[in-house]
Amino acid sequence: MLAYTIKRLIAGVITVWFIATATFFAMHQVPGDPLMNDKAVTPEIRANLEKKYGLDKSKTEQYFIFLGNMLQGDFGISFTQQNRRVNDIIRDHFPVSATLGLLAIFFATTGGVLWGALTAIYRNQLPDVIIMFFVILGISVPSFVFAALGQLMLVNINSFFGQSIIPVAGWGTIWHMLMPSMVLGLGTMALLTRLMRSSMLEVVNEDYIKTARAKGLSPTRIFFRHQLRNAILPVITVLGPQIAAITTGGFVVELVFAIPGLGRYFVQAVQQLDYTVIMGTTVFYGAFLVLMVIMVDILYGFIDPRVRLS
Amino acid sequence: MSTYQPVAGDFEPLTTQQQVEVISRPSLSYWQDAWLRLQQNTRAIISLGIIVMLAIFTLIGPLAWTADPALQDLNQVSQAPSWPKTALLVAPYKSWAGITLANYESPDSYPTTVPAVTGFKVLDNPTTQRVRLIWDPVPGADGYNVYRNNREPLDFNDLGLPLGSTYGDQISYEDRLSLEAREYYYSVVPTDGLDEYEIYTQAIVTPTLALTPDEALERGLISDIDLPGQGQEIVIEFHPFGTDYLGRDMLARLMQGARVSLFIGIVAPFLYVLAGIAYGGIAGYFGGRLDAILMRFSDFVVALPFLLFMILFKIAFGIGPGESGILPMLIALVLLGWPATARLVRGQVLQIREEGYIEAARLLGARDHYLILRHIIPNTMGVILVTLTFSVPSAIFTEAFLSFIGMGVAPPTPSWGSMCNEGVKTMLSHPHELIFPALFISITVLAFNLLGDGLTEALDSKMRSRE
Repeated sequence: MLAYTIKRLIAGVITVWFIATATFFAMHQVPGDPLMNDKAVTPEIRANLEKKYGLDKSKTEQYFIFLGNMLQGDFGISFTQQNRRVNDIIRDHFPVSATLGLLAIFFATTGGVLWGALTAIYRNQLPDVIIMFFVILGISVPSFVFAALGQLMLVNINSFFGQSIIPVAGWGTIWHMLMPSMVLGLGTMALLTRLMRSSMLEVVNEDYIKTARAKGLSPTRIFFRHQLRNAILPVITVLGPQIAAITTGGFVVELVFAIPGLGRYFVQAVQQLDYTVIMGTTVFYGAFLVLMVIMVDILYGFIDPRVRLS
Repeated sequence: MSTYQPVAGDFEPLTTQQQVEVISRPSLSYWQDAWLRLQQNTRAIISLGIIVMLAIFTLIGPLAWTADPALQDLNQVSQAPSWPKTALLVAPYKSWAGITLANYESPDSYPTTVPAVTGFKVLDNPTTQRVRLIWDPVPGADGYNVYRNNREPLDFNDLGLPLGSTYGDQISYEDRLSLEAREYYYSVVPTDGLDEYEIYTQAIVTPTLALTPDEALERGLISDIDLPGQGQEIVIEFHPFGTDYLGRDMLARLMQGARVSLFIGIVAPFLYVLAGIAYGGIAGYFGGRLDAILMRFSDFVVALPFLLFMILFKIAFGIGPGESGILPMLIALVLLGWPATARLVRGQVLQIREEGYIEAARLLGARDHYLILRHIIPNTMGVILVTLTFSVPSAIFTEAFLSFIGMGVAPPTPSWGSMCNEGVKTMLSHPHELIFPALFISITVLAFNLLGDGLTEALDSKMRSRE
């Protein structure tokens, strides 16, 4: 177990290094540099600026300086937001994105497991048909349409009550978080519902369910102890990649609901070629995702003792 | 009780049966069988039909509907979908003095209340050129405020800001403020020249769309300025799906957008699935250390934060001025998309490699390339086809997503995603600008998903034996 964790963590570190390298060279591939956004400056000033930011050095040299700083946990100073350290940007805005993402994952998994189990129990009956209709809707409608519709719904709710019950945009209280995270989790919820339904249908026919029924266990006990626990395993395996999809997919929802998350800074930084911010956000996101996937895998070992982690 | 009495014939030897076993049904190849089973799946067949219809819409549509998707018609901005509309040819606008009272004197003092305005009505035929309103004078009032609402006002406070005011003897108002051919609620409120009496009278007016011969000629609706006389109706530009915020024809833009979205959505998965087959095939077939190295590399690519790198790569491969940005998006999708297929194909190949028929072929002297082309690739085709079908929706989503946040296809090239992006801004007032592109994305994604489900079932050989 410990050996497995260590092995995974080492692989994770290499992955993060790979992400950093790929980002660095992709970024420097873009024509132009962060200084071109400034007002026209004389060559002397430009040379000074390049010297200040270390842009006068060769690419490889810059790369190793960056790696060195990264190892010390320092991503440098933003080019476009003066005197703002990239670490500060991440510290201020990542928690927002992470809260949004994790809340969305929470909605998606609880909803997906619940609806999926329900559809399997009422297979080919009315609840199944209704839920699966919404699942198909959730899979085929893009998240930004849901975001727009969700916001529209909030506007209508507020205008119905004649006062601002639930804030339409912004961030801060739990009320701000509710609609964006639900909208963000919708696609994943639909996906997990489908998955849960098929794995639940498989479990229902297993022998141990028949045995449990023959023993005279109550249907609730069979449902919670025997069906749900076994059917939930495939859902957990896809959770890792889904966390990745949701946390990076948060941009659009952040954009529509005016949430001060990290996604916006990344898009802005790419447009302005703010080297340090691009590197900082990408590497940080990458590391976060790698860590999440490892955690889900280890968690899987705990939940399903049959799986030997090796 | 009767017993059976044997006869001599019972003890003669049986003749050899001519056909011991008859293959009563025609032998089907794997693909014929899969196709037959797919045909039984109604949802998959409907989806296939939708996909064919989308292809027709994209490829043949622009030939049938020749409106220019880039033409901006500022006379018809954000028009809702409609049947062909007609406009009335009217004389050029002439100024109107309005109606004033003869011998009018302002009252010396103003009463605290006055009765509501009576006789509030439209003079002449209301057109989008002008709406002329008249009303009877109210004794004691020394002016009037005129309001225009798009919906029926609930009460006096709901009137909003006045459209205009008249003073003293003026008992008419002419509205020329960007009129549209729709229902308006006009209200008039008497004032003492300054403050309003809280009482209003309402009239519902629906102006007809009007054009002067000059305007019609300029828009190419008529060929001769004198030919259709004034008061005649002419047919104006037809926009079945309405227009967007720049007056561009939505149907034409949806068709052009379909070309972009479907091109990216189909070509990108096709390319990266091909790359994945090659990569995964090599890794799986040769195995060993090469396999380990190749798969470790694909693990790294999988770990890249997908959307961040889509944006980064798209920028890195650069778009010059005037380019649409389709190619960089395609490259980025291919660079990031291949590992999933590679992994899948590798798994399949590893499995097939150990099959008996491969051993047999090898014993008969088959070479590597023969084994790969003749046995291994055809046997992975089913899985690959399913992956390809499921990759299309995700590629379409990615394109739409990037275009939505403004990092996708560069304007003025439309794609369904960028059309959604523009439509969201006017969602409340002109919902059709968002609904149509969103609907097209959803239907396409749905059709490919359901077709993928159908293919999975049809190509699954386990299902075959279960029947």
